[in-house]
Amino acid sequence: MMVRPGIGPQPRDERVTLKHGAGGRAMRMLIEETLAAGFLDGSTDEIGLAALDDGAALLIGDRWLVVTTDSHVIHPIFFPGGDIGRLAIAGTVNDLAVMGATEVLGLTSAMVIEEGFLHSDLERIQHSMQEACREAGAKIVTGDTKVMGRGELDGIIINTTGVALADAVVSDAGLSSGDRILLTGPIGDHGIALMAARRGLGLEGDLRSDVAPLNGLIRRALDTAKGAITAMKDPTRGGLASALTEMAEKSQVGIVIEDAAVPVTPVVRSAAEILGLDPFHIANEGVAVIGVRPDAADAVLAAVRAHSLGQSCAIIGTCTDEHPKRLILDTGIGRRLVTEPEGEPLPRIC
Amino acid sequence: MPDESVRTSANELKFRDPSQARALADRLSGLCEEIAREPISVMHVCGTHEQAIAKYGLRTILPKSLDLIMGPGCPVCVTDMPEVDEAVVLAEDGALIATYGDMLRVPGTAKSLADAQAEGARVEVVYSAAQAVELARSMQQEVVFFASGFETTAVATAAIALQDDLPPNLSILSAHKYVPPAMEIVAQIPATQVEGFLAAGHAATITGWGIFEPLAERYKIPVVVAGFEPLDILAGLVRLVELVKDGTPAVDNMYPRCVTREGNRVAQEQMWRVFRTVGGRWRGIADVPDGNLRLRPEYAHLDARVRFEIDIRRLWQLAPSALAEKCICGAIMSGLASPSDCELFGKECDPENPVGACMVSSEGTCKIWYQYGGRPDL
Repeated sequence: MMVRPGIGPQPRDERVTLKHGAGGRAMRMLIEETLAAGFLDGSTDEIGLAALDDGAALLIGDRWLVVTTDSHVIHPIFFPGGDIGRLAIAGTVNDLAVMGATEVLGLTSAMVIEEGFLHSDLERIQHSMQEACREAGAKIVTGDTKVMGRGELDGIIINTTGVALADAVVSDAGLSSGDRILLTGPIGDHGIALMAARRGLGLEGDLRSDVAPLNGLIRRALDTAKGAITAMKDPTRGGLASALTEMAEKSQVGIVIEDAAVPVTPVVRSAAEILGLDPFHIANEGVAVIGVRPDAADAVLAAVRAHSLGQSCAIIGTCTDEHPKRLILDTGIGRRLVTEPEGEPLPRIC
Repeated sequence: MPDESVRTSANELKFRDPSQARALADRLSGLCEEIAREPISVMHVCGTHEQAIAKYGLRTILPKSLDLIMGPGCPVCVTDMPEVDEAVVLAEDGALIATYGDMLRVPGTAKSLADAQAEGARVEVVYSAAQAVELARSMQQEVVFFASGFETTAVATAAIALQDDLPPNLSILSAHKYVPPAMEIVAQIPATQVEGFLAAGHAATITGWGIFEPLAERYKIPVVVAGFEPLDILAGLVRLVELVKDGTPAVDNMYPRCVTREGNRVAQEQMWRVFRTVGGRWRGIADVPDGNLRLRPEYAHLDARVRFEIDIRRLWQLAPSALAEKCICGAIMSGLASPSDCELFGKECDPENPVGACMVSSEGTCKIWYQYGGRPDL
């Protein structure tokens, strides 16, 4: 029989696990302690790796060059409401947009494809990328293609990089006490639709991913209230809980969310309750969190609601100088803390 | 126009109504003021209650003078190390262990089932006792159903034991626990000073609320059966504090839509046909006379403890975790301490790397506090 020394103190997390890719605390630790080591110079006005923001912002003259990159892996590749191609465009366009860079100069597309992948599927993906680019007013300007042997990856990986110019950048760290928090649409649609597609949950109702480029909607919000938007983020992996926690921590404020104000569709709410999932932990690909100065909140709300992707936009909370760095949920009955998901409730969804 | 359909809130459900919740909380405050001393200590004995209390933030609206203590309410957490050791040994000796997911990472003396699995043993997660039967039917290998839970799940295990034509390679390793004797033990712990119990509605669905009458009488302590929505819990607390205030050691049922005085007689009859109570250790708490449910001799052919020679002593040569000695799960489950009193909580011990069983189970107090922030002053 194999004998080993008990369960007692052993080096923790000596290997990368799926939780390190889940968008929560474990992933941030891996990036801060290992992947970004040596590049964490925080002494500049520019937004670089040290900020761990959605992308980078580099000063060119008096304008900002915003750059972001994202590798997309998803199962299934085609899902209700979209596919990996639409996701690859929307994900990168949205990362630029939430930094205030809504006019995309160009996108790159690097594909790693598994031997045996169907040509017809590639064409479908390419068509989706074109369609999403048209919606976003963006275009792919360069790319790269690699094919690997069967079994060396699962289907296809698409990396997209985006560059854009902006007169002003919005970080995810600019919240201050009193700012209102807007959420542009219902949460949970993407993650629950993916789970239903994978497992055939047999849930009634229209479950579709919300994946969509948000740069048009965000431009409208920015133009409505010049300088009044203090922070933005798209709540993808880790869900609303991770996005708001990160914003609260970086901005050194507390955020109080009203549970009853958070838009969630009835089908997602029911599915989450049945499956024991918290909608706050589920990934989204077509909504943004926007922090707004209190006097501009109603105007931004009206502007976003007038956009086709923002009809369910709601003011869901307020920043406070009490409980800094904490995310607090007012359940309508009492209050509690909201914590980030430890691992991924649903692996590989974006 | 905003889409109104997405504004539907879970709070619209009847038993989550915020205005009624506030009315109940006000009533509770009024009662505590009338009692005019503190703390008024009441205990719930159910992880599902703690889940709901934390999820809806109920502790932030309870009167400061009311101390709502968490008791030994998680069957996974009170599963004793030797019980886990038995399953580990059986797995290492070549049986397939079928068990509920929460049991995988519960630490034994030297290792958990998950550790054994990582070393090559076969462990399968099942969602029901019936699934363990199907698993055994689909293979030649010996399948041992490592059964845990209070009387609510013991009934499901009894139901499979009573089936005819069970596959011959199936046996049962029972770690089932029986709650009422544990409540007596806790009622006797002087430091706890429990003045009333909030009893678990789902277990009472099986046992009936009448089962608590001897306890109430013997220890002169009121017991109120409550359900699991926020209004159920608040209404249960209101009734319990009323009984405390009046000095009435009665049993009351605030979950009448599910619970009757006599309970589910068919389920009880099945459970007692298959199981008998024996004394034994509840992890971290005490030896609880009649606290364990074990298979009756008539079901020896299904009893893994009879069918196999289980030598758990070989695990004892392995070093136990050094951290485990600092774990205060026992004090937490007895209501003597909170997770925030534990030096490991949130540091060396978290849901990914649990030291104590309370951090493993979704019903464990430490896991729930880790998830919802415990008893924050918000």
